Amino acid sequence: MRHLLSISDLSKAQAISILDTATELARVSDGAVKKLPTLRGRTIVNLFAEDSTRTRISFEAAAKRLSADVINFSAKGSSLSKGESLKDTALTLQAMGADAVVIRHSASGAPQRLADSEWMLGSVINAGDGTHEHPSQALLDAFTIRKHLSKGSPDLVGIRVAIVGDVLHSRVARSNVLLLTLLGATVTLVAPPTLLPVGVESWPVKISYDLDSVLATVDVVMMLRVQQERMSDLFFPNAREYSRYFGLNADRLKLMSPDSIVMHPGPMNRGLEIAAEVADSARSVIVEQVANGVSVRMAILYVLLAAQPLEAGSK
Amino acid sequence: MSVALSAPDISRALIRISHEILEANPSTHQITLLGIPTRGAHLALRIAATMSQIAAHGIAVGMLDITMHRDDLRMRPPRPIMPTSIPNTGIEGREVVLIDDVLFSGRTIRAALDALGEIGRPHTVQLAVLVDRGHRELPIRADFVGKNLPTSIAQSVKVQLTEIDGVDEVLIEGN
Repeated sequence: MRHLLSISDLSKAQAISILDTATELARVSDGAVKKLPTLRGRTIVNLFAEDSTRTRISFEAAAKRLSADVINFSAKGSSLSKGESLKDTALTLQAMGADAVVIRHSASGAPQRLADSEWMLGSVINAGDGTHEHPSQALLDAFTIRKHLSKGSPDLVGIRVAIVGDVLHSRVARSNVLLLTLLGATVTLVAPPTLLPVGVESWPVKISYDLDSVLATVDVVMMLRVQQERMSDLFFPNAREYSRYFGLNADRLKLMSPDSIVMHPGPMNRGLEIAAEVADSARSVIVEQVANGVSVRMAILYVLLAAQPLEAGSK
Repeated sequence: MSVALSAPDISRALIRISHEILEANPSTHQITLLGIPTRGAHLALRIAATMSQIAAHGIAVGMLDITMHRDDLRMRPPRPIMPTSIPNTGIEGREVVLIDDVLFSGRTIRAALDALGEIGRPHTVQLAVLVDRGHRELPIRADFVGKNLPTSIAQSVKVQLTEIDGVDEVLIEGN
């Protein structure tokens, strides 16, 4: 495996092996020593052509804990804002000897373009492209769910997940549907019909328009951010109505089963899709998702960069 | 393929190593055994059990994964990361005995020394191996050896243990 562009490139065994690696690496993060020498001398470029807090910092922390050198590169303050093309940017990165590029881009497919081209030779890691995919987020969500609910099983068979909200604009939802179903979980999408993508009936999921009827039947409620910056149209009458029908508030929290957890990929619109008291409740694992993100991204970097697929020598 | 050590040979070697470790470390409460996964970890558990019987008290035992410290990671396909568990007594100031199945190039042990250095500063670090097959690439030697097995570089040595492989034996493959 050289690139991580989409969850659909992963087999079930590969996905589980990334989660297992992350489990071991999480113990490193918990220990006194937080740095490993594994990627010493490698250069990882964070190419963020779209705003990000968590993902960029998380990839940076992961790379640094593995002793890689990190170059941060964001659209603002770089030649990308002067209109430099992706190709010219990639050629520059190649000339500087980047071993891997972590790319976030507003255009769906930009990471794929980078990986398929011969502009650069390093690994490409998709950190979110348009409304397409966000594979590292799905892996950290699966990791978090597995840690809380799988009872020692390596996969997620039997676990029921509801993904609620703006599925249409959500790359997190796309990657999660692929990964969670790959790992054996049952996924229900809950959203107003206007916020479900065309062709959603062909996805391996159940669909519901009624949040209240779903809440009691699931183990995980994953709230999605309402992506107002991507909304060029009117998808719901107003924020208050959306919040009333699809927001997770304290009353709805009471409908959920006692062991269930609340997730959100961040950043949250408190008061819109999730109430502050829910986000800060004991059920919420939102802050833990961020911590797990570092371990999972360390595992991704380890799997893609630490080893070269040459023939194995015998001991 | 020939059998270099049979199950009784392995059992005798491990009992002898257990005695030797106790003999070399009179303050037996200070000993910490750390097996290198996967087979070294099982050997460590067996040696710890034998030593506990002889010394009539429990011997601290754990395992130390050294994958992230290897210098040959880039030359091989991806290796899974194995668990590390350090006993509650830690390793600070203790007599640490690393335990592995085969001593070959010495690179695993070098990585183990690096990994140990990140956790603490033992008083001594010693090394016990079931098989020493030679061909060292680094200035590293074992303190306790089950069997010296002169091999050619073309051969491979395969250790099988009941816990993983269902049988105890050491095989030499190739000519």
